[in-house]
Amino acid sequence: MFDVLMKIFGNKNEKKSGQVAKERLQVVLIHDRASVSPEIMEQLKNDIIAVISKYMDVNKSGMEISLANDDDSVALVANIPVHSLHHSRR
Amino acid sequence: MCEIIVITSGKGGVGKTTTTANIGVGLAMRGNRVALIDTDTGLRNLDLLLGLENRIMYDLVDVTSGRVHYKKALVRHKKFDSLYLLPTSQIRDKSAVNPEQLVQLCNEMKSDFEFIIIDCPAGIEQGFKTAIAAADEAIVVTMPEISAVRDADKIIGELGRADKENIKLIVNRMRYTMSEKGDMLAIDDINEILSIECIGIVPDDEFVITSTNKGEPAITVKESVAGQAYKNIVGRICGESIPFFKPPKEGFFTRLKRLFGML
Repeated sequence: MFDVLMKIFGNKNEKKSGQVAKERLQVVLIHDRASVSPEIMEQLKNDIIAVISKYMDVNKSGMEISLANDDDSVALVANIPVHSLHHSRR
Repeated sequence: MCEIIVITSGKGGVGKTTTTANIGVGLAMRGNRVALIDTDTGLRNLDLLLGLENRIMYDLVDVTSGRVHYKKALVRHKKFDSLYLLPTSQIRDKSAVNPEQLVQLCNEMKSDFEFIIIDCPAGIEQGFKTAIAAADEAIVVTMPEISAVRDADKIIGELGRADKENIKLIVNRMRYTMSEKGDMLAIDDINEILSIECIGIVPDDEFVITSTNKGEPAITVKESVAGQAYKNIVGRICGESIPFFKPPKEGFFTRLKRLFGML
């Protein structure tokens, strides 16, 4: 009986599995299409760290980069925690 | 004028061979001269779906290796006499035929047929590359399921890299009641993700199984909804503009019965 009631009223907050499938597909296809392997992402991350470290003291272990889908476009999103800016030497 | 179409999917088991058999029969029912070439070397099945398994004398490898002329290897269908099958070899492997050989064979066959349909093996290796080499048009078959759509996307990318520009989509084994409830990928989702022209949606239908059991594709079964979908696909391949089938909304009592587990 509880099952039937659950079916009638439903749990509105729960995402439908079809929607979950679509979102998972969109994420996985960004990587498939860009053919970016995890190794390349790791290299890219290290290169970005090297460049930014010249100007700022960044938290290397806290850095995250990923490809994300925003409507029609794909973006490379990087989250780089900064410890402190270097003092100007001038 | 001969159209050469390859039926492909990447993932296995989504219905490439079933699609090939139904489209082939459908085109022949309209009076076209059709040749079906099975390139799934080592895993011969198209003969079974067409009920021609007992009439095979020679196979694709016999033809491409020059042992016999293709006309000798073609098996004519019993019921639809403008439909021919060039079966694949059951004993050799997928490297037994190379892309150049298939291109050359299709060039020779072109003048005898209006349509040459090539059934592609699963995967993206040598067998796939051979199967697509001769085609001017590709039909990608997928299912409303996450791995099948991902593999279809991969195949579309591979076809693009091989300079195949004319790529169409068929979504097989659609379960409308599930997708309406949000429990399955919807057609709009698949179209949005793959963004190639969809030429057919084939509902999941038990007639596909029962007709396969008998070696008669579902398109020959009047009552079959999948068969009707295949007829529409064949019409669209022939350039007709046919509206897409909309499933009837479930009635109140059907929904109520389903709710109480009576369906």
